[in-house]
Amino acid sequence: MMKEKLQAIREDAIAKIEAAKDLEALNEIKVSILGKKGDLTQVLKGMKDVSPEDRPKVGQLVNDTRSAIEERLENVKRDIARKLREEKMKNEVIDVTLPGRMQMKGHRHPNQIALEELERVFIGMGYEIVEGPEIEYDHYNFELLNIPANHPAKDEQDTFYITKDILLRTQTSPVQARVMETGRMPIRILAPGRVFRSDEVDATHSPSFHQVEGLVVDKNITFADLKGTLEQFAREFFGPDTKVKLRPHHFPFTEPSAEVDVSCFKCGGKGCRMCKGSGWIEILGCGMVHPNVLRDCGIDPEEYSGFAFGIGLERVALLKYEIDDMRLLYENDMRFLKQF
Amino acid sequence: MNTPISWLKVYVPDLDVELQDYVDAITLSGSHVESWERKDKNLEKIVVGKIEKIERHPDADKLIICQVDIGAETPIQIVTGAPNLKEGDLVPTVLDGGRVAGGHDGGPLPESGIKIKKGKLRGVESAGMMCAIEELGSSRELYPEAPENGVYVFPEDSGVKPGEDAVGALGLHDAVVEYEITSNRVDCFSMIGMAREAAATFGLPFHPPVVPDTSKGGEVEQYASVEVEAADLCPRYCARVVKNLKIGPSPKWMRERLAAQGIRSINNLVDITNYVMEEYGQPMHAFDLDTVADHKIVVKRAKDGDTFITLDGQERNLDSDVLMICDGEKEIGIAGIMGGENSMVTDKITNLLFEAACFDGTNIRLSSKRIGLRTDASSKFEKGLDPNLALEAVNRACQLVEELGCGEVVDGVIDIYPNPVMPWELPFEPEKMNRLLGMNIPEAQMLEYFDRLGLTYQKETNQLIIPTYRQDLHCMADLAEEVARLYGYDKLPSTLPCGEATVGKKSFEMLVEDVVREVCENNGFSGSMNYSFESPKVYDKLLIPEDSELRNAIVIANPLGEDFSIMRTISLNGMVTSLATNYNRRNKEARLYEIGNIYLPKALPLTELPEERKMLTLGMYGDSDFFTMKGVLEELFQRLGLAGAFTYDPQGGYSFLHPGRQAAIRQGDMVIGYLGQLHPEVVDNYDMKGEAYVAVIDLPKLAELATFDRRYEGIARFPASTRDLSMVMDKNIFVGQVEAVIRKHGGKLLESCQLFDVYEGEQIGKDKKSVAYTMTFRAKDRNLEANEVNAIMEKMIEGLKKLGIELRS
Repeated sequence: MMKEKLQAIREDAIAKIEAAKDLEALNEIKVSILGKKGDLTQVLKGMKDVSPEDRPKVGQLVNDTRSAIEERLENVKRDIARKLREEKMKNEVIDVTLPGRMQMKGHRHPNQIALEELERVFIGMGYEIVEGPEIEYDHYNFELLNIPANHPAKDEQDTFYITKDILLRTQTSPVQARVMETGRMPIRILAPGRVFRSDEVDATHSPSFHQVEGLVVDKNITFADLKGTLEQFAREFFGPDTKVKLRPHHFPFTEPSAEVDVSCFKCGGKGCRMCKGSGWIEILGCGMVHPNVLRDCGIDPEEYSGFAFGIGLERVALLKYEIDDMRLLYENDMRFLKQF
Repeated sequence: MNTPISWLKVYVPDLDVELQDYVDAITLSGSHVESWERKDKNLEKIVVGKIEKIERHPDADKLIICQVDIGAETPIQIVTGAPNLKEGDLVPTVLDGGRVAGGHDGGPLPESGIKIKKGKLRGVESAGMMCAIEELGSSRELYPEAPENGVYVFPEDSGVKPGEDAVGALGLHDAVVEYEITSNRVDCFSMIGMAREAAATFGLPFHPPVVPDTSKGGEVEQYASVEVEAADLCPRYCARVVKNLKIGPSPKWMRERLAAQGIRSINNLVDITNYVMEEYGQPMHAFDLDTVADHKIVVKRAKDGDTFITLDGQERNLDSDVLMICDGEKEIGIAGIMGGENSMVTDKITNLLFEAACFDGTNIRLSSKRIGLRTDASSKFEKGLDPNLALEAVNRACQLVEELGCGEVVDGVIDIYPNPVMPWELPFEPEKMNRLLGMNIPEAQMLEYFDRLGLTYQKETNQLIIPTYRQDLHCMADLAEEVARLYGYDKLPSTLPCGEATVGKKSFEMLVEDVVREVCENNGFSGSMNYSFESPKVYDKLLIPEDSELRNAIVIANPLGEDFSIMRTISLNGMVTSLATNYNRRNKEARLYEIGNIYLPKALPLTELPEERKMLTLGMYGDSDFFTMKGVLEELFQRLGLAGAFTYDPQGGYSFLHPGRQAAIRQGDMVIGYLGQLHPEVVDNYDMKGEAYVAVIDLPKLAELATFDRRYEGIARFPASTRDLSMVMDKNIFVGQVEAVIRKHGGKLLESCQLFDVYEGEQIGKDKKSVAYTMTFRAKDRNLEANEVNAIMEKMIEGLKKLGIELRS
């Protein structure tokens, strides 16, 4: 009797649930069956008429019916919710090809980007970044660097003078001398900075530009160490397949000296317009610190040795970003700066 | 420095490598090749042809039909318009499918030459072309026997035969290599020097010219005398005499070598001096002995104010640092730079004095700069020549004079050489060299390299004898470079420095700069760069008062021009100029920042280095105002642990800023910078329009205050109590004053005060404004009672009333 009744409620409920079109209808059904005055609740109220020994069995039956209905209710509710959501999302379709919104941000100067890249590589190798004065004594800019008075190199570098002894530094190398003079060993420094030479402004020259100078002084520093260091730098900076070529050269403050070419990072060494077909690009000068320089800075060349290198920052930036006119770096046109 | 390969082979006959291999190897051994040029570029299938028969073209007056023997069984027929040909002539002939370098007009050479094909000229078959010298990529300058207009005809004595390679017969299978020689290798500015390098690079035998010594004894002193008064500027002077000169053409071999080097043949005498200068790198000068007064040469300084006409006809101003060559009466040449018009050698010369001297390089360089005259000779002397070269060169010249039958050489030399430079010794230290290089090159191999370079080794003393032409070798490191470059820099191992570890780092000031850049860029400002030097006119453009300290700028003694003549004492000019550039290029908006130095002298003229201060400069125009700029600075200060650390003082008195829209940024008495709207007159001075805003911050001062230390202060656990305050006040009261009162009375319990409204309008009244704040009170350790807050508010309101501020209902 009870069983049939429950069966009937169950079938009726499920039929109604299946037929429900929306969440409200479903809710009504729930109330009409499981609510306080609902059909199933009514049946429960009739439990008192059931004999005590049957009660557990009937109770079980009622619970089964209830959870079956609830389960079906939940399922259908989920289905309806899903349908509604899908319906809603259909109306929310956007044109994903419309442009993205960006915060207005400033741009780092290409020279600065190149410098930070360089600094990153060398800080990783244990170099400390140091700076020195831009207006410098002849003593540091030339004399301590093995460039005595009347040395032709002084002419080559076409110096801006303030007085006979004070000038605009023509290179970052005086920072070397200043650091060595302190006598603190070992030395591993990178000295970036502005330098000046009296070149008229044109597409490849500027009376003011930047160099980045590296210096390592310690016991047993070798020319091979210099080569290895520059190779490591080149691979970090220009890419892992970069090859490095050292060519003998002459600088008054290093001996032996070299100019360094890297395999062209545009064509990989096959030869292109950028490397003028040679496959190589000259990027820096370097060498073993000249014993005279060590000695004049108070370091015993019998005990210590070192290497130094100097990179033209603008040159690297121009090459790296394929900028064809150096003047752009100093014009500060937003249309130029925005590209970095 | 240029060398034709053919000339190098005179001294290194075994040099037989591909041009590219030569270029690569000589660059790697230290003589950097800048460029090279093949003389036979695009010259293909060109043989010697012999014109057997010439007929007139039936349909063209100016054309002829030639039957040309090209060494084949049958001659070929070529039609030409050349007017200079006759039967029997031997001419360079390009065959069908061959190629020439250019046109007969001698214009620029096309990159891949001109292809020659069989064809018909006015209906007559022509199977090739006979070439003018220009079509072979050369010129009459270098082949003076070539006709002005027409085909090159081999001279009768040339001995060439039909079918032979005509390019080879003209000596054009050659290449000229251009090197960038470093200033320390003076010896490489000569054919012999480069040949020695080539021989050493490839490990080949080196054969310098063999010059018999005819300088000993002799009667030269009966013909001439030399006196060197300025011995400090002339370490050596060699003179030799040649009698009975016969001026005529030089032989073919000399003309060809000079031609390959791009030097035009003049006559045997001139050619010999040029030849020796190229060969030895020693400039020579020839004087007509019969015009030299008293047959006497005197080397002495000029007098201040002297003038002298050089052989180019120009009058030159001299001073007492210019070294002159004089005869018994007068000045006849500027030593090492150029001879005088008054001693010019003519074709009528019969007796000659050869000068080969060594002058002080620095003096020549400086004199040549002052006089404004740089010549082939001076550019050689200024490098500082080896004085031992002078005698070798003059003897070589005399040898050539005799070989060429150009005159009779008088035996003996006048040689003024008071302090002869002798070869010096350096210890042979293979271990030290290997240690410096990080290599393990065997001793024997090192010695072999030194031998190639002309350094001899004395085993007994373990010394290397350095020849005087290697003025660059003075210490172990110099020798190590010689070893390394001949061993090959490319074969050096790659290692990394070992030893004590070092910490890679940036200074605190640099880290502050990094934050500055980040904040600027986050706010739309882009990095910019300006010159450190500028025009003194910028002070007027920036309305800087006449008596301002900013006008005490460091002046460059030799600037590029007035616009780059002073070191900036204020960073604004560059920034405003950049803003103006953007404005005038119609960029709607610009925001720029720059980190760069200003240069403040401690005293003028400079006796010590000036103070260099790194300034942050911001500039902008477009969609922005004063508070945009102030917001950027506030964000920056916050990032540097300096929120609320500064006050904004409207009384900064910056002449270049709008008087009502500027603020000095200060902490107590210290001003760390300023911001404001550019003065409209300044905007006008820079050819801009509208409003532009700038800010300048002294970075060292900022860095001194900045900190990256932070302490967690806990998250408030007790509720806050907020009160709003709406006030009416005189327009000229700054909200800064209001805030000061609020903070003073708010004390520790005032968590924040937030300005939420500023209003000026008729309802408020004339010259009045309304200002409204929300204040948040909170205690860290308890719930605030309402009456506590009320008490504070009462005191605050009282304080505000003292400023004449009324509460709005």
